Amino acid sequence: MTALKLGVPSKGRLQDATIDWFAARGIRLSRSSQGREYAGRVEGIDGIELVLLSAGEIPRELAAGRLHLGVTGQDVVREQIPAWESQVEEIAEMGFGFADLVVAVPAFWIDVEDMADLDSVAAEFRARHGQRLRVATKYHALARAFFRRHGVADYRLVDSQGATEGTVKNGTAEAVVDITSTGSTLRDNHLRVLPDGLILRSQATLFAARNAPWDEEARGTRAELAARLARAPAPVAGGSA
Amino acid sequence: MVSDRAYLKGARVGAGLERLRAEVARLLDIFRSGGAVLVEPEALQPAEVLLDLYGEEIRARAFMASDDRGEMMLRPDFTVPIVRLHMDSGAEPARYAYCGPVWRKQEAGSKRAREYLQAGFEVFESGDPARSDAEVMALIARALDGAPVDFVTGDMGLVLAAIDALATNPARKAALRRHVWRPAKFHALLRRYGVEHAGLVERRAAMILARDEGRLPAMAAAAGPAIGLRTLEDIDWRAGRLAIEAATPALSAGEVDLLEAVLGVEAPSGAALDRYRDLSAGMPGLRAAVDRFAARLDALEAAGLDAAALPFQASFGRTALEYYDGFVFGAVAPGRPDLPAIANGGRYDALTRVLGRGRGIPAVGAIIRPEALVALTEGME
Repeated sequence: MTALKLGVPSKGRLQDATIDWFAARGIRLSRSSQGREYAGRVEGIDGIELVLLSAGEIPRELAAGRLHLGVTGQDVVREQIPAWESQVEEIAEMGFGFADLVVAVPAFWIDVEDMADLDSVAAEFRARHGQRLRVATKYHALARAFFRRHGVADYRLVDSQGATEGTVKNGTAEAVVDITSTGSTLRDNHLRVLPDGLILRSQATLFAARNAPWDEEARGTRAELAARLARAPAPVAGGSA
Repeated sequence: MVSDRAYLKGARVGAGLERLRAEVARLLDIFRSGGAVLVEPEALQPAEVLLDLYGEEIRARAFMASDDRGEMMLRPDFTVPIVRLHMDSGAEPARYAYCGPVWRKQEAGSKRAREYLQAGFEVFESGDPARSDAEVMALIARALDGAPVDFVTGDMGLVLAAIDALATNPARKAALRRHVWRPAKFHALLRRYGVEHAGLVERRAAMILARDEGRLPAMAAAAGPAIGLRTLEDIDWRAGRLAIEAATPALSAGEVDLLEAVLGVEAPSGAALDRYRDLSAGMPGLRAAVDRFAARLDALEAAGLDAAALPFQASFGRTALEYYDGFVFGAVAPGRPDLPAIANGGRYDALTRVLGRGRGIPAVGAIIRPEALVALTEGME
């Protein structure tokens, strides 16, 4: 028999919120007692094996079919999996981990109000500075597709795996494509979100992998899980790993 | 199968490969008989050259590779590598023939070939562009003689001339020229300069007034500190341009309609020429380009093609990866949606200016996709 493999973030707020979410639906997730091992236990439903992974690795494992189910952000799935809808399916949006992927420019750019302005600024910047306008981001594929849709050319993507909001202040970029929940971190770094620069509204989501080995056992477990998820969640007072 | 290649099953071994090799040899012989010398550019091209030319979008289209000497791209076509070769060492005039694989990333989920052959012929020559255009197309037509293909032609020169002929400010024309290869953005710009103009003027009135009164630096400083390489001077300069833009009348519906009419012509070349003669009555700036179009039709006729009957589409060539800015043409296989265009070509004078840092040379060329051609003609003989 094949256990259904469920990938869950291995640490942090996303893990805590995931544990609470499942607990509210009668399923208790816990890390194995050998604390260092990245596996865990599932109680309240049979046939599920818990795999703890960095949230950023879960999309890749889902696309490869090494996980049946996984919890991660819609942003990383859309960024990392080409034609994501053909690889994974969204089972449930989980109501936490909210983040907007946005285009932000320095607040003092009072001449830039929308993506079309950003495009003409990029052309002028290249002509005046002899280089392409630098846009820092971790989300290369999403940024490029969005810029193409808005007809923005003459920019250069600069890779930024963390603290992207500080790149302009630190002189390594002119604009950013970054995740924000309230916009306050961007504001603190003197950046302003363009009104038509919303690329994606993302939240933590339970995904199913289309390419996983869905044998009869795994399908049965999934159906049982789906039935549990369809019921109204019970209120839960904080879970723990 | 591992032995499959673009559009051809099993053609990496044995008889299939020999059939393809023979076809490639036949094409190269025809190109060499046209006066071309054989060239073989590097498969790995400096990424920076292609990025500067095509922007970040090329990363979604070309395969990257890198080592300690820097970032490279597997050539997504031959035009740029051959222009680089020519600019580096070539004497004018020059004719080149080549064949080799190119590599293109395709959209996710697409089954289109990632690696396929291109066999091509390029002419670098000042002098009579109409004659060079006709020479290239006639040679391609000869190479495709007997293959069931339909030719289609276009003229980016007419499109660019129609933009230049607009009675409006140079910044608008520059922006329209810059986005001529992105039709959706191009039309968004026409709306911005036309029906949306009044709204934009209103939105920008406060900033333009602040600039007139010397308050722009204070206005920007109130919004935030100056960060990044784009400076307050850059913003002030752009505000000046926006003031000119605001003071320029909106593009009238009549002008936009005339431009759309130029971009929308689709007819046999003889009838297309008549249509452009009519349109240039209301757009005198178009006349020189229409004359060049007429001269090319004469040259194509002289080269043995039925020029007046050649299908013409003004929009042809506007969505290609290439940097075409004059004559464009292609040969497609009707009833074979599984095959790409069998041939594509065109004039790219501007590309040579960009890569030659201002030192340009008129250039026109075309490629045939030998695998697609073999797939098309297989079983015909």
